[in-house]
Amino acid sequence: MDTLNLLLDGFASALTLENLAYASIGVLLGTFVGVLPGIGPAMALALLLPVTYGLDATQALIMFAGIYYGGMYGGSTTSILLNTPGESASVMTAIEGNKMAKKGRAAQALATAAIGSFVAGTIGTLLVAFFTPTIATWAVEIGAPTYFAIMLLAMVLVSSVLGASKLRGFIALAIGLTIGLVGLDASTAQARLTGGSLELADGIDIVVVAVGVFAIGEALWTAAHLRRRPIDVIPVGRPFMGRADWSRSWAPWLRGTALGFPFGALPAGGAETPTFLSYITERKLARRRGGADEFGEGAIEGVAGPEAANNASAAGMFVPLLALGLPVTATASILLAAMQKYGIVPGPTLMTDQPDLIWTLLASLLIGNTLLLVINLPLAPVWAKLLRIPRPQLYAGILFFACLGAYSVGQSAFDLAMLLLFGGLGFAIRRFGIPVLPLILAVILGPLMEVKMREALDLSGGDVSGLFNEPLAIFVYALVVLAALSPLLIARFRPPMLHEQHDQHRDQEVS
Amino acid sequence: MAVVIGFIPDEYGEAALAHGLAEAQRRGTGVVVVNSTKGDALVDRRYLGEDGKVTLEEQLTASGVEHELRQTMGRDIADELLAVAKEVAADAIVIGIRHRTPVGKLIMGSVAQRVIIDATCPVIAVKPG
Repeated sequence: MDTLNLLLDGFASALTLENLAYASIGVLLGTFVGVLPGIGPAMALALLLPVTYGLDATQALIMFAGIYYGGMYGGSTTSILLNTPGESASVMTAIEGNKMAKKGRAAQALATAAIGSFVAGTIGTLLVAFFTPTIATWAVEIGAPTYFAIMLLAMVLVSSVLGASKLRGFIALAIGLTIGLVGLDASTAQARLTGGSLELADGIDIVVVAVGVFAIGEALWTAAHLRRRPIDVIPVGRPFMGRADWSRSWAPWLRGTALGFPFGALPAGGAETPTFLSYITERKLARRRGGADEFGEGAIEGVAGPEAANNASAAGMFVPLLALGLPVTATASILLAAMQKYGIVPGPTLMTDQPDLIWTLLASLLIGNTLLLVINLPLAPVWAKLLRIPRPQLYAGILFFACLGAYSVGQSAFDLAMLLLFGGLGFAIRRFGIPVLPLILAVILGPLMEVKMREALDLSGGDVSGLFNEPLAIFVYALVVLAALSPLLIARFRPPMLHEQHDQHRDQEVS
Repeated sequence: MAVVIGFIPDEYGEAALAHGLAEAQRRGTGVVVVNSTKGDALVDRRYLGEDGKVTLEEQLTASGVEHELRQTMGRDIADELLAVAKEVAADAIVIGIRHRTPVGKLIMGSVAQRVIIDATCPVIAVKPG
């Protein structure tokens, strides 16, 4: 077992005191931001990116991975105790989880979410470790045209399949691609969209865009809706589960993992779909079993399944990121940006170029997952206290880090002005319900996509056929067309009743 | 005409409630219980939730005094309390006061102090126990 040996090597380097400390910091910080609605792992990563320039790549990535998993877990705490999903992926957890909490079973709901996250995260990370090298060796073979097609597929899927409105998705995509275009053309050194400004010639740093859109945008949005009636919080003790809870939870955990991982690995990423599917599956299975069907009034299966699916898809995201250099979530985009900062080129060659880094990262993901369980189970009441932090103080802190981060990118006041500009953009897209994910994905993927397109066209001497001369590329293009058209066709043949659900979903996303 | 009580669900609020009800009985009027929040955090323990409201309602009914509960939200808790007192032309305001450390005084303003200074009617400041 080659993979196993490599992974054990990874453990050896991850288990130093220093790396463990970074993993713990990451996990704690991730849970912190996950618990607070409106602040997600993507924002936390964007804020911390400049702070970690002093660390070496491995340690920074270990910490980031901890934040990512911690954030996923933290979201479930808020869903269960407040019925306010911290992120879209926790919406399903909130349905049954909050009902459980209201019936006085908050401790069991938190426990099944935590242990389910651990199980799914561990299995998911192991799957990443076993799949990624295989996919990477296969991915070395594929050429520029196919790469271009795959990136196009990711963009179309993210814009049209996720979220309520295709138009809004594509608007976000267009904004993101435009931002990505700013700067000097990589092959001809022509200035594009710089308006003659020298500061813009280097392009706009992804940190400035991400921090502006996530942190400043969210702070402005919060400032505009500062006073809201406090929500009833359900008091919680130390999470635990009884024997019956265990026997009802383990199967949904595994089913949730099986559903979540493939969805996470697909370019249509995101955890919304698998958590939804897992919820539906568990409800159907409970109905079929008959007897005590608790769904709708706090069924533990309805927390265990979606929460496992959520974390498994979080792990699945690493497959395209590590094997293809293709991010499929907002957090993955920031991770990719972080790797680029450290001069690491994500893609098929990553596994062979930086084996130490990757295996240490995977090992520390497993360690982080365990830490998450050890730290979070006893700390649940403390995390619940975080919800009492007043917004002015919290966002003052975020704004401070945001400005510090943006300034440190180039030590210029110009970046601060850009930060404010993107903050305004972030506020506007929240106001108009435009999704953030396609925008951020386009900013980071757009330039990469252009490189591949140029490569393909250079080989064909500028002829458009250069983009279609691989069979795999044509297959992916077929998928793109399918992805773009199928929602239209489905909408035409489906009863209009479903639109209501869509509208509800949008409300949650905007808020 | 009524006695306005500044209420939060803790020992200080309970003390204010008890004295306020006694004061209303003495004066032969009703009480207006005010429970306010700044609304700037997701969760505020000093703002009554559904369970808290039920408990308070029971206490008020048991006292036999004519009563009303107002839950308000605004930038400043003292202003909220004073606004209600003005609106109902309060006979008196009853609030609970607590010990404050020197550091606490440095960092935080005092709602009680603002109410006492700015109120146009008598203010009764009570302590628990």
